[in-house]
Amino acid sequence: MSEFGINDLLEKPLKVINVGLEGFAKELNQQGVDVVQLDWAPPAGGDPKLADILSKLGS
Amino acid sequence: MKIIEDANKEAFKRLLSGDPVLVDVVTASEAIPNLKDRMILHAGPPIEWDTMCGPMRGAVTGIAVFEGWAPDLEAAEKMAAEGAFEFHPNHDFDAVGPMTGLTTISQPLLVVENRTFGNRANCAINEGLGKVMRFGGNDDEVLDRLRWIRDEFGPALAVAVRKTGGVPLKSMVARGLTMGDEMHQRNVACSGLTLRALSPALASTATDTEKLSKALAFIGSNDQFFLNIAMAMGKSIMDPVRNIKGSSVVTAMCRNGTEFGIRTSGTGDTWFTAPVEMPEGLYFPGFTEADANPDIGDSTIVETIGLGGFAMGASPAVAGFVGAGAASEAGNFTRTMSEITVGENPEWTIPAMDYLGTPTGIDIRLVVETGLAPTINTGIAHKNPGVGQVGAGVVRAPMACFEKALLALAESVEVS
Repeated sequence: MSEFGINDLLEKPLKVINVGLEGFAKELNQQGVDVVQLDWAPPAGGDPKLADILSKLGS
Repeated sequence: MKIIEDANKEAFKRLLSGDPVLVDVVTASEAIPNLKDRMILHAGPPIEWDTMCGPMRGAVTGIAVFEGWAPDLEAAEKMAAEGAFEFHPNHDFDAVGPMTGLTTISQPLLVVENRTFGNRANCAINEGLGKVMRFGGNDDEVLDRLRWIRDEFGPALAVAVRKTGGVPLKSMVARGLTMGDEMHQRNVACSGLTLRALSPALASTATDTEKLSKALAFIGSNDQFFLNIAMAMGKSIMDPVRNIKGSSVVTAMCRNGTEFGIRTSGTGDTWFTAPVEMPEGLYFPGFTEADANPDIGDSTIVETIGLGGFAMGASPAVAGFVGAGAASEAGNFTRTMSEITVGENPEWTIPAMDYLGTPTGIDIRLVVETGLAPTINTGIAHKNPGVGQVGAGVVRAPMACFEKALLALAESVEVS
């Protein structure tokens, strides 16, 4: 078991990288937490047909 | 997929090994034997009169008067509407042209030879800034300038270029990048370097000092003189990259003012098109976005070889000129384009980015996967015929072109 537990983490100032829904980042930001939002989008803008072809063609 | 990876390696190798040299200036009918009377080559993918935008129509009527096919602009418009002229893309005739990009039989063309592969590409001589035919200008001032280029400047330039034995362009572009050019909206350095390279030959072959002075002043006063040379260079570099089975590398991007078209190596000469987008940029005094024509021109061949918007980091000054944000943000454009390209060009580097090579070889798979469309620096034409340039800006290539190309590429390698 790690000597550095979750309680230790939360007792210090948090710096967060948020991957995914931007709403999570905004919530934390409103509470004064430093947040970096990762600029991310699903492959092919979420189009399943194009994403399937991309996975077969490799990129 | 191995066939694609191997094909792209070959495409990248051919792209980097190109050796473009400005070798000649030749009348279009001689440079392009298939170009006949009353044929008009234009920028972008195929288009007919009915769907042409204002500046393209303005240029068509102007060039018809210039070539003596019509007595005036009104008659030229009537003839064009009645089908008197045959329209084809420059790209199908070893040529490119900026903005409206018209090429017709009597124009002198810059000829760039790719000495590695032996192919040649052509582009008309840059007319200067403001009210010019490439931006849809067509009045007497525009036509008189074209006549001077045809009858006096072009022949003088031809003699000078031949006397030099050819002007190597790869090294000149490398130098231009270190001097703040990105070769699309900023060609100040390379235009100066061209003047330096050609001046001795122009002087030693001149028969009239007044004409020589006018020729030197014409080059020296046009910050975009090199653009058309860079475009012919781009075409000469990309043409040998065509038709590599399985390659997802883009070999051409261009716009006719109505549609944007791309070609990829693995899908041959098929155009994948979508409606053009409107540039976002800065306007000359007296003009606004309401005056602007959507994206137009073959000049995106410059981005296709990794310059222009892809080399924005080399040219912080251009970021301000095209309204792309702070000079300190210019490098972000280049870094972003690195995400959609096969590799970096080790011979074209950007000092301010720790000598990062320009992002080279647009891979349609990466464009579609990331949703990052190529960034293009561009001039903006007035939407009406006869006005000319009204600003400069940045525009993205439409994603639909790349999605269509991806589906066709998949079919070509039997993936569904």
